[in-house]
Amino acid sequence: MRLFGADILPLAVEHIVLALVPVIVGLVISLPLGWWAWSSRGARRILLPLTGVLYTIPSLALFVVMPLVLGTRILDPVNVVVALTIYAVALLVRSVVDGLDEVPTEVMTAGVAMGYRPLGLLFGVQLPLAVPVLVAGVRVAAVSSFSLVAVGAIIGQGALGALFTQGFERFYTAQIVFGLFSILVLALVVDALLLLLGRALAPWAAARTPQKQGA
Amino acid sequence: MFSSLIAWFTAPAQWSATAGIPTRLLQHLGYTALSVLVGALIAVPVGLYIGHTNRGRFLVVGLANGLRALPELGVLVLFVLLLGLGLTPVVLALMLLAIPPLLAGTYAGISGVDPAAVDAARGIGMTERQILFEVELPNALPLMVAGLRTATLQVVATATIAAFVSLGGLGRYIVDGQAQRDFTQMAGGAILVALLAIVLEVALQGVQRAVTPGTRRTRPDARSDARPATPAVGTSDAVTAGG
Repeated sequence: MRLFGADILPLAVEHIVLALVPVIVGLVISLPLGWWAWSSRGARRILLPLTGVLYTIPSLALFVVMPLVLGTRILDPVNVVVALTIYAVALLVRSVVDGLDEVPTEVMTAGVAMGYRPLGLLFGVQLPLAVPVLVAGVRVAAVSSFSLVAVGAIIGQGALGALFTQGFERFYTAQIVFGLFSILVLALVVDALLLLLGRALAPWAAARTPQKQGA
Repeated sequence: MFSSLIAWFTAPAQWSATAGIPTRLLQHLGYTALSVLVGALIAVPVGLYIGHTNRGRFLVVGLANGLRALPELGVLVLFVLLLGLGLTPVVLALMLLAIPPLLAGTYAGISGVDPAAVDAARGIGMTERQILFEVELPNALPLMVAGLRTATLQVVATATIAAFVSLGGLGRYIVDGQAQRDFTQMAGGAILVALLAIVLEVALQGVQRAVTPGTRRTRPDARSDARPATPAVGTSDAVTAGG
């Protein structure tokens, strides 16, 4: 499908990949890190402020510095993926810690009494109960990832963000509005899917605190 | 690479008045301060009203979620095409980033005040205005500053893209470096923006600590750190996004 001189579909697919791969990789990295920060006070003192600092680094700055750190070329989508993964980790480590904190001590004691070993307790009891907080964190990470990918257009790797840079060069307002609209729609669709996934994984959360949904 | 970066940072021309680092830094801080100020002028009164009356809460949640997905680069170039080049489109675009955290922080701060304290104030005959400004506002201050911190960081990070629409600020080094294939300049600019963001973060953390009353400031157990006194809307960290 060609619109405004650009082939939209491949750009949209590229945008989805550039936005979501970092969230998935970030979650995989954050689970052990978050568990470590949750279980050790020393790790918490170091990890949580560190993720806060990582989050303060502007995305454009991070995109630009990546080749220096990774040894990649300047025009390489890997730069965007790794930079956005850092943001996802910065957000999700905190969510994992908050989620594990939500699990009541009595529930864990009961799990231990039932014969759960630490790893079984983590995967059988703690993580399932942490799902509502985790999903909320993943939704924030995913939605902001969609808008951050577009910034990559300034360094030539921004998928649908290219509609903004091209539209600006050609003074073509419709192209920019279409870009805004398409990125917003993609982000909101992914957000809705994650909300549904969260409800499917933790149906009790919606039943217990209905007004908290979407917060 | 590092030696060329050091050479870039130490070149005398980099520190001259016309287009050197001090000028770019001041421009960057100027855009940031102006955008956060305009955002606060809108968000704080609205947040006070929603927090005090509890009317229009959906607005806080909706804005906090919806604006997070808005691609700032697109908003900025759109405003420039509609309004022409200049400071106004940049401040308007950046202001949109500042409003959600400021609004959420103010709302959460006000509505999180202990209802017993508000009832007591009403009981001793304080007017609604007095309750808002003498009871609720002082109690809400830590969360309001948390919102200010998030807003400032998002804006200072995103102000980098002002250079894309031919304005100044630290983003100039990144955009000009890109055009001239001068990677040292790009990396130098990126390092400057990151440093500025971290300095502002530390400074605003200090302010936040200063306005937090003593009982909440001392945290014997680090674990209590993980449960901020924030209601459902999610203020301080939940709304953040590196720009």
